[in-house]
Amino acid sequence: MRLLEYQAKELFKEYKIKIPKSIASKDIEKGRADAKEIGYPFVIKAQVPVGGRGKAGGIQKCHNEDEFELKYPQILNMTIKGEKTRAILLEKMLEYEKEIYLSLFLNRSKRCYTIISSAEGGVEIESVKDQVIQEVGLGDVTEKVAEDVAKKIGLAKNSIPYFVDILQKLSKLTVEKEAELTEINPLVILKDGSMMALDGKLMTDDNSNFRHKELAKYQEKTELEKKAEESGFSLVELDGNIAVIGNGAGLVMSTLDMLTDNGGKAACFLDVGGTATTESVYEALTLISKMKNVKAVLVNLYGGIVKTTIVASAFLKAYDDKIIILPVFARLMGAESDKSKDMLKDSETQVSPSIEDAINKVVMEVNK
Amino acid sequence: MTAIFELLKGKGSEKQPVIVQGITGKFGTRHTKLMMEYGTNIAAGVTPGKGGQKFEDSVPIYETVKEAVHATGAKISIMFVPAKFFLGAAKEALEAGIKLLVAIPEHVPVQDAMKTIEIAEQKNAIVIGPNTPGVMIPGLIKIGIMPASPFKFGNTVVLSKSGTLLYEISNNLSNSGFGQCITIGVGGDPINGTRLVDAFDMVKDYPDLDGIVIVGEIGGDAEEVLAQKIIDENFKKPVVAYIAGRKAPKEKRMGHAGAIVMGNYGSAESKISMFSKANIPVAKRPIEVPILLARKMEKK
Repeated sequence: MRLLEYQAKELFKEYKIKIPKSIASKDIEKGRADAKEIGYPFVIKAQVPVGGRGKAGGIQKCHNEDEFELKYPQILNMTIKGEKTRAILLEKMLEYEKEIYLSLFLNRSKRCYTIISSAEGGVEIESVKDQVIQEVGLGDVTEKVAEDVAKKIGLAKNSIPYFVDILQKLSKLTVEKEAELTEINPLVILKDGSMMALDGKLMTDDNSNFRHKELAKYQEKTELEKKAEESGFSLVELDGNIAVIGNGAGLVMSTLDMLTDNGGKAACFLDVGGTATTESVYEALTLISKMKNVKAVLVNLYGGIVKTTIVASAFLKAYDDKIIILPVFARLMGAESDKSKDMLKDSETQVSPSIEDAINKVVMEVNK
Repeated sequence: MTAIFELLKGKGSEKQPVIVQGITGKFGTRHTKLMMEYGTNIAAGVTPGKGGQKFEDSVPIYETVKEAVHATGAKISIMFVPAKFFLGAAKEALEAGIKLLVAIPEHVPVQDAMKTIEIAEQKNAIVIGPNTPGVMIPGLIKIGIMPASPFKFGNTVVLSKSGTLLYEISNNLSNSGFGQCITIGVGGDPINGTRLVDAFDMVKDYPDLDGIVIVGEIGGDAEEVLAQKIIDENFKKPVVAYIAGRKAPKEKRMGHAGAIVMGNYGSAESKISMFSKANIPVAKRPIEVPILLARKMEKK
């Protein structure tokens, strides 16, 4: 789960990592009250689960009420890289001396946590040359290691104890909440040498959700995503008009790639899991029927163990029950594919011999 | 011959015994039957509370892995336990002397996978997965949930992060005359017991090896690390690749826990450009893989 900035900051607060005074809201009524509470000037920050919002205009300074009335709705209605603003954070403007970078990050190929820090902050870390990188096993950071990192990025002496403190707290948070990434960018140094987290990014391990009921309140799932999860599916909603269904994450990604290469636009990524059954395909079609903007469905199933006739009967049932009225273009690989083609020949489902053929047909259909 | 082949083939003519942890669950039962049909020697099952019973009237079930290992001498175990109980079951297997642990469960927390790997390293054992379709030597042994039909014995290797793409691409290879001497699903999780680069180490010295196919996907940097290794070792045999997720949105988990792009970390562009540096062609579609492999073999 990717936490929004204000949610990450709630956790920072819980772990006693200092943050500027800030309040989150989802409508302007509450926003006006928050504005009074914070006091001008402050910063209006779009809460979106994607990076690069500053450049997109999602962070703006606000000096008075007129500005507030203009900017709040504008930022609340913004879509940044396909993501709608989920909430607004009003944050007290802060005077500081310097911005630095700090994160703890799961290095997958080394299979350990890694501290990344730099004396340069507030920009994308990938563009920063002088990064200090330190491996820390399962994520615990000792005082000595933290001090070492502080010295390597060239911090002034009076700031080192503050840095050590924040890094150790961040490490505790990372391990306890089972995060794959916790990032403070920028971490700012104030006049007295102390530090505050001006931004926060946190990505937790979804597979550990069952151990973290306390994080469930941050789960922002659409109704469809919830339904998909209940069925054991993975669903990512996209902004095109062709629903893409398949079995296995790799196969569905591959289908999405090829569809996009051929000028098609996916409305969703729907993985019913490695094994396709009559029930799972029927449920997938039910989900799709609830999506807006879908004009056609592209199905790519690698049967393997399951006979494709079993899948074909799911399509027939879905049409019989009027669950779905959209044209379906399917590639069903596996046993008895000729028979399943026969079963579907009078329905709205067209079975193709290859995924390439199915893609060509579905793209033609939506462009009709 | 490296450890993985020795473990799978054994030394004599006897087939290697395999233990199934979670043999009586719905998923475990189904795939145990399919493995037995394929000819894998399923010697024992483990289900706490069901010790003393028999699976399909033939395979004895034990309370613990230790008892099962004691009775059968097995060094291989395949796990069908719920993700919540994964760490406990994996620990039990490794402590009982299992040397090859095939971890099928999906949704295992990262921390549990990391702890399992730490124990496996101490015990000098191989963990494949979690979230793997398994490992197989076509025609000899199948330890996993993959269908049998896509695979034929031959001299290529397929290493894959994805399950269904492993089947799809192996099927394409088999149909083009490229059988496989081993296929390894490393799994779609962020943390893999056997990383792509470890899997490469396991197979690179196979005497009759004709070529390697790498089936990667967005997320992490396993492909980049492998490409660098192939450059560093100056590996000369044909290697081709496929990467899924070129058109996936950033910062979204695409089905697999590990399939997520953060900034440039894990992006398809990064992987494709590293493969290109290593002179490894990357297919745009699964169907192109055998064509690229054939071309690469001709050039040699």
